[in-house]
Amino acid sequence: MEAVRQFRKTIFKENALFVLVLGLCASLATTTSVKNGFFMALATLCVIVSANTIVSLIRRRIPNGVRIPCFIIVIASFVMIVDMLMNAFAPPAVVAALGIFIPLIVVNCVPLARAEAYAAKQNVINSVGDGMGIGVGYMLALVLISAIREFLGNGSFWEIPITAAIGPGDKALIKTPSAMVIGPGAFITLGCLFAFFKWRRERKTHARAVLLTETAVPWEIGPEKKREAAPDGA
Amino acid sequence: MELIYIIIGWVFVNNYVLSQFLGLCPFIGVSKKTPAAVSMGLAVTFVLTMDSFVTFPIYVYFIQPGPQNLFYSLTSSFGFGGAAEFIKTYGLSEVLTTGSFILVIAALVQLVEMVIRKTSKPLYDSLGIYLALITTNCIVLAVPLNNLKQIKPGGDWVGKSFPEGLMWATISGLVAGLGFTLVMLLMSGVRERLAITKLPKPFQGIPIVFISAALMGLAFFGFTGIITGLKANLG
Repeated sequence: MEAVRQFRKTIFKENALFVLVLGLCASLATTTSVKNGFFMALATLCVIVSANTIVSLIRRRIPNGVRIPCFIIVIASFVMIVDMLMNAFAPPAVVAALGIFIPLIVVNCVPLARAEAYAAKQNVINSVGDGMGIGVGYMLALVLISAIREFLGNGSFWEIPITAAIGPGDKALIKTPSAMVIGPGAFITLGCLFAFFKWRRERKTHARAVLLTETAVPWEIGPEKKREAAPDGA
Repeated sequence: MELIYIIIGWVFVNNYVLSQFLGLCPFIGVSKKTPAAVSMGLAVTFVLTMDSFVTFPIYVYFIQPGPQNLFYSLTSSFGFGGAAEFIKTYGLSEVLTTGSFILVIAALVQLVEMVIRKTSKPLYDSLGIYLALITTNCIVLAVPLNNLKQIKPGGDWVGKSFPEGLMWATISGLVAGLGFTLVMLLMSGVRERLAITKLPKPFQGIPIVFISAALMGLAFFGFTGIITGLKANLG
């Protein structure tokens, strides 16, 4: 059940992008529309899960000194496979838009970080759970960013126009700033999202701290918790 | 003239960090202090120059289809006519490109790490883990992959024969590195000021760096028209 626990933990609590701050380049460059962001995250998910599996299978045979190059080779081979699969099955417009960023999954820190930090120490099932969790968490993050950027920049979601329905064409009631789709918009969106998640995390820990001190209603906490909180309660 | 276009184009207009989002990990991670940021920029510049110099011949002589491929002359001199024809039309598989490039880059980064550790211990300590992580810095793989677009059949750079093409490939790596160094320098200056500024608590740390990068990116967009303007005026 460790695998399921790891899966659930890595989606939100250890989200690859917002908590571990990995895979920044792709999250900024490929989130111009929800479709691009989704396929990018899908490719990354496939690479992470398969690389985690293989690394975990061969973890006892890799000499410690050359483990990073070994991980890189495993990851690079899966990236090549995913690259070919994307060329064959993904929509051509998406492949053209993602372009160089599919081969660049090799150097997008997420797969390497997971191989080094988790898969090299755990058994296969746990590593697959971890890869799935990290991949799904990364996908949610990318879809969130690209939904914001596409809605504000183009007024659409998954290429379905939304704001155009209010007032079509040049007479549109809502004028969308195209800066959200290009470079600076990506930085602003990601910066605000980082600040938002940080604020939420801090508020949660603050609330817990308040709950443990004397100010909270004492009969709901019980005496032993109060005693625990006493040294740092002040 | 061409050199000026390349420099302005890759340092200001198509800056790798601000408009193509490559090399963000050190941009966020090592830009707290100016000396560390600049030396990181210079280390990346060195790796970029070297790897565009090395990967260009690797691609042309081992992977690209055509008679210049070394495997073609090897197989034809040993009398494997069929294999030689195959190499001439298809080359080695293009999917090997990423793998072979990343191996070369990993070796180069190892070299740079050893040199810095031997020559300057304080610098080595301040760069920390990001020195080894140049390998997983997108920019060092993206520049050689971008260079591939300029290589024409037969191993020529656009409009140039081989030795001169090699020079232009190296220059493109150097210029990309200079653009990276410039942005690192600017960002570390901004962050040194930000460190003594009172900020709302959630924005401290990474978020404000992104907001500053957005503003910097907007400023860099002002350079967009400069190339067409130069071409119109200087010919």
